Amino acid sequence: MLILGQDEKAKYPFLADAGEYLKDKGFSLVQFGSDPVLKLSVEKALHRIKVAAAGEVYKSDLIDGQASKDYVLEREVFSFLLAIVLIKLTGMSTLIKRFALAEARRAENYLEKDLGNASNKSKIDLATRIIYDLFNIEIIKENDFFVIPVSDYLKHSVTFHEREWKLINRHVENGKVFLTPDKTVRLIRKELGNYISSKIINAPKPSMIPGLESIVNELILISKKLTPTYTITTGEYPPCIKHAIDVLEKGENLPHSGRFMLATFLLSRGQTVQQIAPLFKNAPDYNPRVTFYQLNHLAGISGSATKYACPSCEKLKTQDLCFITKECDNIINPLQFGKKRKL
Amino acid sequence: MNEIDIKFLEDSFKKYYFNHFDLISTPQRTSEREFGYQKFNSGMFRHISLKDDKELHLLFMQNIPSDVYCSNAYYSFPNSPMNEKDWQEADLIFDIDAKDLNLSCRKNHTISICNECDKVSKDVNQCVKCNSTKLEKKSLPCKNCIDASKIEVNKLSNVLINDLGIDKENIYVYFSGNEGFHVYVFNSQFQKIGSKERSELVDYIMFRGAIPETFGMKKFKPNRSLFPDFNQKGWNGRFSKQVFGSKSKRSKIISELLDNGYPSFQKILDDVSENIGVKIDPNVTMDIHRIFRLPGSINSKSGLTKILCTNLTKFDPYTDACFLNDDSVEVLANCPIEFKLKNKKFGPYINEKISLPTYVAVYLICKKLATIA
Repeated sequence: MLILGQDEKAKYPFLADAGEYLKDKGFSLVQFGSDPVLKLSVEKALHRIKVAAAGEVYKSDLIDGQASKDYVLEREVFSFLLAIVLIKLTGMSTLIKRFALAEARRAENYLEKDLGNASNKSKIDLATRIIYDLFNIEIIKENDFFVIPVSDYLKHSVTFHEREWKLINRHVENGKVFLTPDKTVRLIRKELGNYISSKIINAPKPSMIPGLESIVNELILISKKLTPTYTITTGEYPPCIKHAIDVLEKGENLPHSGRFMLATFLLSRGQTVQQIAPLFKNAPDYNPRVTFYQLNHLAGISGSATKYACPSCEKLKTQDLCFITKECDNIINPLQFGKKRKL
Repeated sequence: MNEIDIKFLEDSFKKYYFNHFDLISTPQRTSEREFGYQKFNSGMFRHISLKDDKELHLLFMQNIPSDVYCSNAYYSFPNSPMNEKDWQEADLIFDIDAKDLNLSCRKNHTISICNECDKVSKDVNQCVKCNSTKLEKKSLPCKNCIDASKIEVNKLSNVLINDLGIDKENIYVYFSGNEGFHVYVFNSQFQKIGSKERSELVDYIMFRGAIPETFGMKKFKPNRSLFPDFNQKGWNGRFSKQVFGSKSKRSKIISELLDNGYPSFQKILDDVSENIGVKIDPNVTMDIHRIFRLPGSINSKSGLTKILCTNLTKFDPYTDACFLNDDSVEVLANCPIEFKLKNKKFGPYINEKISLPTYVAVYLICKKLATIA
């Protein structure tokens, strides 16, 4: 268990035990609805959520990661804990996601500063300890870099879509990846977000605190405005699928991975096995019995009843099945092709 | 394949298995592996678990399989259906196949067999007899194919050891039994990573997805001091050797790269990937549920054995992996090109009845280029 100093609690308030913290300071939640001084913390909490909902990162009153006065520190921690209470009272999952992400990015800034602080070994130690305790990643400082095992790097980086995160674009040596402090911290952003959102989700839902009703209602309104309303679809096939169909129509061989992509794509678009099977008729090794068996298997009609999903664009690139055009518009799965989100 | 040919292949395979149990042994942690096998003209039998060598040998003798496979993965319940097996971890595996190397020699030793009229001819895109485009391609790989595959194996070992920190002792290279090599990595930090992570490793090893910034080329305000140097480790060093050629040319080439700009640099990265990237089959390494040909078993595409290469440089598959006997057998052979087995030249045969040693007859029948007369 990490033992945190006063300043660390303000920087990383999600590490503090919420109930314990309030009790230690001699407060109860109800007081925050009525006490005019404590209400300042509620306003700060509301501000903190609003900033997060707008997709920005809340700026604390800390100067260089230090609280100038004890009450500043307290208000920092209170506002975080109260924000969680307010979000729980709204029951809106969109707010949880946005708040967790924004708070993760705020913590990220501090972690990055702590890791990059060459003159203060204890700060580096604390940051690496936090990363190890929360995410089980062992980071070792080597000159100006932080090195982590390639396997740990991959577990986290595979969810990123930017090409700079591909292993090929990193300095890799002797089973280790070399990262700068900012990249080290960026690597765990999602996990940090997940950690904070699981803390919020797992926190008990309090009953309504008298005096906070209007704030909760205001947040519900904000959250509703954030939810996308509908999507439109053009129905056109993405270039990878068009290419696969072309290959088959010409009677050329489409590799197994290409057939898997085509079948799972069309099944997900709602076509039946009977509609899809004739596409494979021209394949050099066409066998109707095998084709139906395999399509039924992919559709989950036979075998383990697992419905197979269409592979991601990333996987198709690796399999040489991606024929990206500008119409692909940064999608991450062929099924998203031609779909536009409208707010 | 007709019944007589199947009977002949099964008899030949059985003799090999009976006499060479010393070459076939179960991999470590046998009871956690999934085994599978195929018989001639039949589908796959898989989800089999075995306790030890004895049970494996019994499987060979009872079923006389055409091909035998074993998972690279370890499961709690290897004989359960796939989604109930409880996957634990998997060895890292690589497949290097001569057919994926774009070699110019391929066209000289590839044979097309028409699916419609069975006409056998040297490599064509359309049947010379019936014009059908449904052709099955068979290759009789040459020494060049094997040598080029060995170069890829050495490139792979280099990346595995120097970049990925794998102990040399944990890398095992096998001849695949047909046109290439299978490489296994045991006890590495990658045992527990999933398919997506393995796909990233594949891109790293194949040098795919590189961006100019990684190799010193910035989009805005490019700076020559950022370009990599020869003595750097990993891909930076390999890139330097490939693109700059020699130390004396480095400075001049960097000036050219800067003049040509960012998009042109991206093009260079894509081009050098073809030369310096290791040509592995991505699907094999990404697959964490694969059953992979069992070492010591015969590959029914050729009749040659998948065997450990202790000295890759000296290894010659056409002598060192050819274990079938020399007993004569009469076949009707239709193989328009020459090939070499056990240091002897054979072919070409144009629809002719001929007496051949068993190992040659098996090779041709497996390639669908002969039948028992």
